[in-house]
Amino acid sequence: MSATGIGAAVRRKEDQRFITGKGRYTDDINRPGQGAIYFLRSPHAHARIKKIDTAAAAKMPGVAGVFTGDEFAKDKLGNLICGWVVLSKDGSPMKMAPHAALAAGKANYVGDAVAVVVADTLAQAKDAAEKIAIDYDVLPAVVDPTKAAQKGAPLIHEAAPNNTIYNWHLGDVAATDAAFKNAKHVTKLEFVNNRLVPNAMEPRAALAEYDDATGHLTLWNATQNPHVARLVIAAFVGVAPEHKLRVIAPDVGGGFGSKIFIYPEEVVCLWAARKLKRPVKWTAERSESFITDAHGRDHVTKAQMAFDADGKITGLKVHTTANLGAYMSTFSSAVPTFLYATLLSGQYEIPHIYCEVDAVYTNTVPVDAYRGAGRPEATYVVERLVEVGARELGVDPADLRKKNFVRSFPYQTSVASLYDAGDYNASLQKALQIHDYKGFGKRKRESERHGKLRGIGFATYIEACGVAPSSLVGQLGAGVGLWESAEVRVNPTGSVEVLTGCHQHGQGHETTFAQLVAERLGIPIDQVSIVHGDTDTVQFGMGTYGSRSGAVGMSAIVKALDKVEAKAKKIAAHLLEASEGDIVFKDGKFTVAGTDKSAAFGEVALGAYVAHKFPTSEIEPGLKEGAFYDPTNFTFPAGCHICEVEIDPETGDVRIVGWTAVDDFGTVINPMIVEGQVHGGVAQGVGQALLEHTVYSDNGQLVTGSYMDYAMPRADNLPSFTVDTTVTKCPSNPLGIKGCGEAGAIAAPAAVMNAITNALGTESIDMPATSASVWAALRKANRMPQAA
Amino acid sequence: MAANTAAVSLTVNGKPVTVEVETRTLLVQLLREQLRLTGTHVGCDTSQCGACVVHINGKATKSCTVLAVQLDGANVLTIEGLAPADGPLHPMQEAFRENHGLQCGYCTPGMIMTAVDMVRRKGHDLDDHTIREELEGNICRCTGYHNIVKAIAAGAKAMR
Repeated sequence: MSATGIGAAVRRKEDQRFITGKGRYTDDINRPGQGAIYFLRSPHAHARIKKIDTAAAAKMPGVAGVFTGDEFAKDKLGNLICGWVVLSKDGSPMKMAPHAALAAGKANYVGDAVAVVVADTLAQAKDAAEKIAIDYDVLPAVVDPTKAAQKGAPLIHEAAPNNTIYNWHLGDVAATDAAFKNAKHVTKLEFVNNRLVPNAMEPRAALAEYDDATGHLTLWNATQNPHVARLVIAAFVGVAPEHKLRVIAPDVGGGFGSKIFIYPEEVVCLWAARKLKRPVKWTAERSESFITDAHGRDHVTKAQMAFDADGKITGLKVHTTANLGAYMSTFSSAVPTFLYATLLSGQYEIPHIYCEVDAVYTNTVPVDAYRGAGRPEATYVVERLVEVGARELGVDPADLRKKNFVRSFPYQTSVASLYDAGDYNASLQKALQIHDYKGFGKRKRESERHGKLRGIGFATYIEACGVAPSSLVGQLGAGVGLWESAEVRVNPTGSVEVLTGCHQHGQGHETTFAQLVAERLGIPIDQVSIVHGDTDTVQFGMGTYGSRSGAVGMSAIVKALDKVEAKAKKIAAHLLEASEGDIVFKDGKFTVAGTDKSAAFGEVALGAYVAHKFPTSEIEPGLKEGAFYDPTNFTFPAGCHICEVEIDPETGDVRIVGWTAVDDFGTVINPMIVEGQVHGGVAQGVGQALLEHTVYSDNGQLVTGSYMDYAMPRADNLPSFTVDTTVTKCPSNPLGIKGCGEAGAIAAPAAVMNAITNALGTESIDMPATSASVWAALRKANRMPQAA
Repeated sequence: MAANTAAVSLTVNGKPVTVEVETRTLLVQLLREQLRLTGTHVGCDTSQCGACVVHINGKATKSCTVLAVQLDGANVLTIEGLAPADGPLHPMQEAFRENHGLQCGYCTPGMIMTAVDMVRRKGHDLDDHTIREELEGNICRCTGYHNIVKAIAAGAKAMR
């Protein structure tokens, strides 16, 4: 392994600009003559808009335009869409209600934009917005997903009777019910997977500019997928044709899924910029992010797991109500279905699984993918059931898992997923050893001596990543294929630019992708530039999410590198006056086999462009190759996380005193970056388990609407982590990469709650396990230690 | 009605600056919008996230919670001024890179400015517990803080 190749902990090239304050995020960019746009949003969760009077606002100083939903509708643009069609059990398609970028006639959640003001400064736009007079007819709202489909709930969309989007299922209900009939033991749980607000530190932003001379629109946008944004805005919304719309994702400060979707704000900015013929810029304020960024999770689940006399799992039955919010966001339908139910086998052989999901509308912020997207929810179901099952059966939770692991691959689960390769027991055993599982009893007694409770919990998770084989997802209702693109441009001077359809917003692709290319071509890593994020520069790509950039994005680069090497060999053969079959490429040199005649990569590169020494009728000049790579399967990262907690029974305060993660990500390109992804994912999972609570009042007000009330994990809420890996290479892509971006967020919630319930001796506690709820759970279970 | 404005003269990264601002202008807005020093970031609206931390007269301060007009005569240091223009990086900056203490980079300028001030107040031998407590005013969503803590401990030592 070279110092800068695959497997090396290369320090990041992109850090130079970030640590010196020279990053270029969307809000850092300013265009001449730009105006600021302010979105006036409904203060009511559910209301008819009877009248909007903008006359006074339009006269305010600095105002360039005031527009309502009705005025926006006059231009007959298309609606925002959910791009994945999910069918109900009866075969009918999901009930996707119309979603205009500016609400007209009705507002359906607090945050729904009803009018906009464009002015010279944001302060002027806000001052003018205060003068907009809106006559609302307030309607009753529904926020609880278990109440949304009940009789008497207020109807949100005509298109969706009973506020029901779909009733979906997966699996064989008869066979599963039979398994439960014959079970020796059944473990039952009911729980909530709590709604989360993603809160990337960079708020969403959009800057739109119209070139009157060419009719061309440019959008700078904090997005994870600029080409997809361009396609949706052009093809579905129709603000501009695709070839007249350029989307640029500059530096983006975190996404976690929330910056995948196409939102009203960028659409309205583009529309207003063309209308007013001046650039229009919007940046969310944090409390605005809370009510506009797609939220995550929000499932209510009843689940049961059947065991036979030997402790083997024989069946799993799950019913989930999924809250999708007031409108269907871009990917929303797939998250509680194809990204959820298909992972319910976990790491185990479970012969019969049946899952039903009812997705509903409520008067809340739309819900969509958030780090893990369906897999944290699935892992929570499976890993809580297995842990509680172990407790009820009186079996060690590690032993019960080991007994049920899939051991022979490929393994066809009963929920469609085909697991390709893995060694789940290897990760488990390594984690047990690193964590000193055997010493837990001693540590627990030591805690008790100090009046504290101590608990330990596992999560042996699996996920499906590297989204995804195109025709497979197409069959499941996706509107797009999920391949990836790369172009490798070798320059005459031998340096290389790689244009990738992926996008980095913290993952370090400028470094990791360069490691791959530098090693393959045998050139110094500083001779490789990774280019991404601009639809004018980079060929169409699907972007970054779902832990796909390594597995899919790098595979596309490998394919393009294969083509570069093949062509370069042909040219080298001419330069070296040998036959093509005798040329060997190794360590940056083309050599005639069995001789010392060679040409360095740089010589061949120059030769390709000078084009003097080979027949250009047979070999085109130049050295630039592109590739599109379509995965043949999902990848299946998996691992074992162990969480150990200490709880103060007087206060309910939970402290994580140990975290061990042993993950199998297949081939690791840069272990430093991979560890960082695990740290960050675990932190978000711990946030979900201990701190983050998205609370709505009954009438649809977001009570936890800022960092004052929504508790973000801080450094003193988290421990340092012990992170290690086992490796089974992914058999379905050239590098053997499984992906690592979401694993921590998938494993952590179950590990934390298994540890807490172990310490408390009660299962009756939901996430987030705040001090208050832990304190209450202890008292309810009469589990207070005796007074001295 | 014309907005209230006032003149304010201050030093930013060693250079004297005199500007006319609306009196409601926050220091972070002055830095980002008028002086085009966009390294200082806005991450929240309740003064909690710390992405906006700069040094005012040598002390770490959240620039989102200070009015520009309060700074007449003050000395402000932003992330752009931490290292000389053509010089080597500040040891704390170097420590963040060496220890992978950043991912998306958005919280990073505030983290680094807070860290430098932490060393000034708490010394060069910072333990895990101290660093984590002292970071209460800086939120990161990407790193889980593990490497930020490592970076700050290393940077503190290197600042001796």
